[in-house]
Amino acid sequence: MSVLTTNYLTPSGREEAWRFTPLKRLRGLHDGSVVVDQRHSLTTKSALPAEVSFTREALSPLATSDDVIIERIRGEATDVAHLHIAADAQIKEAIFLTRLGGGVDSAELSRVRISLGSHAVATVIVENIGDTILAEDLEISLAPGSSLTFVSLQEFDAKSVYTARHHAVVDKDATFKSITVTVGGDVVRILPTVEFIAPGACAELLGVYFATTGQFFEHRMHVDHAVPHAKSRVNFKGALAGKDAHTVWIGDVLIRAVAEGTDTYELNRNLLLTDGARADSVPNLEIETGEIVGAGHASTTGRFDDEQLFYLMSRGITVENARRLVVRGFFSEIINEIGNEEVQERLMARIDGELEKAGA
Amino acid sequence: MSTLEIRGLQVSVDTENGAVEILKGVDLTINSGETHAIMGPNGSGKSTLAYSIAGHPRYTITGGSVTLDGADVLDMTVDERAKAGLFLAMQYPVEVPGVSVSNFLRTAATALRGEAPKLRTWVAEVKEAMEALNMDPAFATRNVNEGFSGGEKKRHEIMQLELLKPKMAILDETDSGLDVDALRIVSEGVNRAKANNNLGVLLITHYTRILKYIKPDFVHVFANGHIVEEGGPDLADKLEANGYADYVSK
Repeated sequence: MSVLTTNYLTPSGREEAWRFTPLKRLRGLHDGSVVVDQRHSLTTKSALPAEVSFTREALSPLATSDDVIIERIRGEATDVAHLHIAADAQIKEAIFLTRLGGGVDSAELSRVRISLGSHAVATVIVENIGDTILAEDLEISLAPGSSLTFVSLQEFDAKSVYTARHHAVVDKDATFKSITVTVGGDVVRILPTVEFIAPGACAELLGVYFATTGQFFEHRMHVDHAVPHAKSRVNFKGALAGKDAHTVWIGDVLIRAVAEGTDTYELNRNLLLTDGARADSVPNLEIETGEIVGAGHASTTGRFDDEQLFYLMSRGITVENARRLVVRGFFSEIINEIGNEEVQERLMARIDGELEKAGA
Repeated sequence: MSTLEIRGLQVSVDTENGAVEILKGVDLTINSGETHAIMGPNGSGKSTLAYSIAGHPRYTITGGSVTLDGADVLDMTVDERAKAGLFLAMQYPVEVPGVSVSNFLRTAATALRGEAPKLRTWVAEVKEAMEALNMDPAFATRNVNEGFSGGEKKRHEIMQLELLKPKMAILDETDSGLDVDALRIVSEGVNRAKANNNLGVLLITHYTRILKYIKPDFVHVFANGHIVEEGGPDLADKLEANGYADYVSK
């Protein structure tokens, strides 16, 4: 155990990046007052195929960061949990990485790297469960022609605090698809960010979140189109139920002057299931060249559709079951993209449970 | 043998300019096996009658009663009305994104039958209902009413009518937007439900053409929020010839 001593600029809450986040509930991750325990909680769930390795090693960061917590992690955590998928490997079964919570008396600062060699294809599912205080610097590198489906599951218990950046660096003709699911924790703040470094690359950032009474979930995307002919799609869906449930979705997409032929669209939809919850949704598209294929964004926040509920109930379905069907239906578009029945059904059951708990 | 009894039903809706009365005292009795056609011009309140009986939250009952075999329908929640044996085939069936037809049907059947139907017999049951209505089996995997054509939506409504086996069905302009072939297929579905389940039918329509396929026992002319004339099937022929002009001015 150690107490952080290095001085970093502590956010005050007035900064754009921090203006929504309840700093007081971050347990000192942002100001360094947290007690750190390097517990290396990330493990593989089952034996790995021959083309896949999982090691701890010293690695330099892939990309710089302007996030104070990421800087703190890099100052403290020297070795990196590194999952590598060899070039040309075609891994059909999903690779599971699991984090069991280490409790909330101390925090884990963790660096993770997922790297794919050229033309490798894989699905990696990271499960975060239990109670923990975790700050994570997760970097993903996709070599030319590789394809990764990255599933990040926040299934924490109620006290957890999780702040992370999931940063993907996507090389030529590589395809990155991420599915971020946040259904548990006290405070969860994830920065899914993408950096294209060569043309022909494609990134699809999908996500769902469901915040109930008192929970704060923030997802702050940043997609940097710094090269021509890259494609990005963002689609996050959220539901909120119960007093002081609060979600934040920020979709920053930057199309730089050199990024001709960019094709991007981002979408955020929120479903407010009860009064007293708050969903912030801020799409932000910055376009420095007009020579693009397309760029757009949409954001909607609505309530239960009375007509849908009436239709279902007119067939004998109770109001509770009708709501459950509508919420499941709302999320299924994204959840079904995970492509693993067991995980999908577990998440849907969790969503049912959250809905029931919130009494929506 | 069941009886749906509507007595002096008055219904209003809230608008920007306050409550507006739509139904001004409707009296109607439907027994099992009977088909009652309600015909009237647009805006006469026909759909309001259908949705009020089904319990749509938009409508406020200000007077009168609706009972099914003596039980107070107006006191029931929407799902309780369905469990009591009422069914509304909607004019504009609602899209439910992300909910497949097969999941929806099974959930509804489970709710109405009080237990989940046995998987093997259920699959056969759904297949048969779909085939009878000339529906592509892939239909079951699509999301409820999402991207359905007008004809597909109506077939889906009648498929539910056949599967869920209510005592009383209200068909709200089921004929609208159907070409002749689809009208025939949908009508045959209604006639099967009548034959198999001794269904009572309240058939709401603007046009007489569906009455060539579904024979009414009684025809009621609806105008300005209540029934203005009643008769046998020959009343429909009169409407076909003369239209609603005589009634609208009343």
